[in-house]
Amino acid sequence: MKNSGRKGSSFSSVSLSPLLWPLVALGLILLFNFIFTAGFFQVRLQDGHLYGSVVDILTRSSPVMLLSLGMTLVIATGGVDLSVGAITAIAGAIAAVSLQSSGLTGSGGVALPLAIALPLLASIACGLWNGFLVAFLGVQPIVATLVLMVAGRGIAQLITHGQIISISNSAYHFIGGGYFLGFPFSVTLVIGVLAVVIGFSRKTAMGLFIEAVGNNPVASRYAGVNTVGVKLLVYAVSGLCAGLAGLVISSDISAADVNNSGLYLELDAILAVVIGGTVLSGGRFQLMGSIIGALIIQALATTINTRGVPVQLTLVIKAMVVLAVCLLQSPSFRARFRQSTKPRLPRITGAEGVTLKAQSDSGPSGSGGL
Amino acid sequence: MNSIASVLLQMNGIQKSFPGVLALDQVNFALRPGEIHTLMGENGAGKSTLIKVLTGVYPVDSGEIILHGNRIEPRSPADAQRAGISTVYQEVNLIPSLSVAENIFLGRQPFRKGLLSPFKILDWAAMKSGAEAALLRLDLRLDVTLRLDSHSIAVQQMVAIARALDVSAQVLILDEPTSSLDVDEVKQLFQVMRRLRDQGLGILFVSHFLDQVYEISDRITILRNGKLIGTYKASELPRMELIAKMMGKELADFESAAMAAPRRVTGADLPQAEVERSPKTLLKVQGLGKLGSLAPVHLEMKKGETLGLAGLLGSGRSELARLLFGIDRADEGRIELSGSQQSEGLSLSSPRDAVQAGFALIPEDRKTQGIFPDLSIRENLILAFQAKKGWFKTLDLKAQYALVEHYIKAIGIVAASPEQAIKTLSGGNQQKVILARWLASQPQLLILDEPTRGIDVGAKAEIQKLIVSLCQQGMAVLFISSELEEVVRVSERVVVLKDHRKIGELKGTEISEHAIMNAIASHSDPELAAAGTSATGASGGGGS
Repeated sequence: MKNSGRKGSSFSSVSLSPLLWPLVALGLILLFNFIFTAGFFQVRLQDGHLYGSVVDILTRSSPVMLLSLGMTLVIATGGVDLSVGAITAIAGAIAAVSLQSSGLTGSGGVALPLAIALPLLASIACGLWNGFLVAFLGVQPIVATLVLMVAGRGIAQLITHGQIISISNSAYHFIGGGYFLGFPFSVTLVIGVLAVVIGFSRKTAMGLFIEAVGNNPVASRYAGVNTVGVKLLVYAVSGLCAGLAGLVISSDISAADVNNSGLYLELDAILAVVIGGTVLSGGRFQLMGSIIGALIIQALATTINTRGVPVQLTLVIKAMVVLAVCLLQSPSFRARFRQSTKPRLPRITGAEGVTLKAQSDSGPSGSGGL
Repeated sequence: MNSIASVLLQMNGIQKSFPGVLALDQVNFALRPGEIHTLMGENGAGKSTLIKVLTGVYPVDSGEIILHGNRIEPRSPADAQRAGISTVYQEVNLIPSLSVAENIFLGRQPFRKGLLSPFKILDWAAMKSGAEAALLRLDLRLDVTLRLDSHSIAVQQMVAIARALDVSAQVLILDEPTSSLDVDEVKQLFQVMRRLRDQGLGILFVSHFLDQVYEISDRITILRNGKLIGTYKASELPRMELIAKMMGKELADFESAAMAAPRRVTGADLPQAEVERSPKTLLKVQGLGKLGSLAPVHLEMKKGETLGLAGLLGSGRSELARLLFGIDRADEGRIELSGSQQSEGLSLSSPRDAVQAGFALIPEDRKTQGIFPDLSIRENLILAFQAKKGWFKTLDLKAQYALVEHYIKAIGIVAASPEQAIKTLSGGNQQKVILARWLASQPQLLILDEPTRGIDVGAKAEIQKLIVSLCQQGMAVLFISSELEEVVRVSERVVVLKDHRKIGELKGTEISEHAIMNAIASHSDPELAAAGTSATGASGGGGS
């Protein structure tokens, strides 16, 4: 309904202005669907599970939402983590192999908790490796994480011996395909992680340290902030989030497909963070914004699919909308746009001043009056 | 015509302002052909702005630049170079991995002529002979096909000069060219400079090394706070007078600040009982030094004492502060802090260690090292205290606001709200927030590196007053400032540095601007002095 519009205005008045533009963009996409896509907002309850396009958007965007949470913190320190897609592959591979290997014994596999804990620990280790390269060795984040982005899928292939390993454990399938109180469990997981990350960053001083490191690394060092520790931590968190996303992905398709798990999702995650209002150069971060950013990306994809747009055009349309959102986001672009509407008149008369003198006389005086 | 011959470059009424700062205020400057003219002034005096205006980096607000009788308006360094003004910076701006010849002809390589000309094929032979000829003008014979970085820094600098001259130069600007050279290399450079002067070039020289300035300069122009103080013949300007003019001790600003701040020695606004003067030593620094940065220094500080560090820019003041605060790691020496458990001395490998040990530093460059521009006043203020506590022991918002309120009142920070981004405050208020940041961390030793730079007179006096009262509460303060007046007023003891070493210490009633200037002017590095006398002889010959 007009729900989206009202949401935007009331949020802005509660000084959530960084979230205003992402919310407006999401609202517009939903509004478009409300008008043009029949039954878009219909939600059915079937076997105690919720179904519908909106639920679908939430479910499908959950891996990117998870990735974007960790990515937000990394980007806030002025870094970037390109390896998250590869880490999802590693996590999925470890989970699949550990459930499978014990399948031979017929006991139904390693205890499920272990099959979840192992991949997550490995993901944290991957994140710490990135953090080590960035914080201790001073490698540029984009290069440091590129290492694991490339090598990570190779490692995952080593783990699975190059095979796609299917997972038959039904309890494991619950992570990505189950329902919790009628709600997709993966969405519940995202909400839980979001709450934890917000709590961890905003209820402790860590958020302040992260923003300080991103805003002025030299000054944070001078102020006694443990910049190395902060960086290690955010990359570790990003690794952990990627691990969770890897579990969701592999559980959803009931297999560890290391070549396709999380492929290019790092780019979607970065995009979600940027759309959400966290600046790539670091500093202030918006965790809720990143979530909204991820939803925008998925809502857009779903919209394009349901509208029956030719597949070839999908990516082009996505790119254009994303560009528009990013430009809307940028204060300097908005300022420029606002300015460029004003001085245009005098500038044109200045350039053609001699020949068009008679005509342009009214121009400058008119604009001067304004 | 005559006047054009005697003046090569004339700058009249140059005015340049940046938001909130008048960087150059009606500055006049004249450079004659065949002279070495040194531009002097303390930090922020406007030297580099003047050079940037001259080389087209900044446009002037008003005023004119006349080169050879023609008014010029350079819009970029390349533009200025085409007009005949070339600059060589302290850091060589060439490409180390290319050959000397390639560097000299970078961006204007000669191509093969004749039939091959449409193919733009490099003419290596022309390049080689051209480069050799350009270097010969400096009396330098090199294998121009070798990589640039196979030569010493001094030679690289001369290659940069040769390139500048070859591009076309009537005016050569040398911006601190000697900072990274050793004594012999400086001599070599000076020989080249004299040679070029005798060829009729006008050389604008910038340096902080007094001995060198006197050795090489024909005339000296002094700037202070963006204003022209005057142009003098080097031979007729005593060192003491030069230092006095640079520091501007007769300026009215200082008088009013002096009125506003209490004299250190009287300091009677607190009852005697509160003035806790325990003779206990707080800090002992033994032979702290780092190669190429600071010769080993001994220092001792007592609780509640203000120790001033005086010396010209580049004398090693900030370097000492950086070593003490763990920003740079010392090669040698030890730091002992009373009350600390480590009997073998503190090991400060990062500012974090220093903060944990109870040190605080207000850095020299507020913008790049001090503030977090986008964060709020509150966040900027609590950061050091929070960092000291660690991230789990979080101050709740109420305690944070209480802290911020307290310091806003105590230090007189003028702000609309604690949630305002610090970048929206004036320089003086930003500095007060940083001061509050460190006071909140309850340090034992506060190091202030140019705490009043770029701050208006009122705020300056307030900050000075604060420093005095902090010491009376038992905090030890290491105070660094380029403004002698300020050092004298605030300090109980003054350590004088020159050319990266400690050259003296003044106590109590010995402290005066005169005594400090005297110490700086009279102490001369024996090595450099010897180099100076031999070179003066050479220049005398060249001049006649």
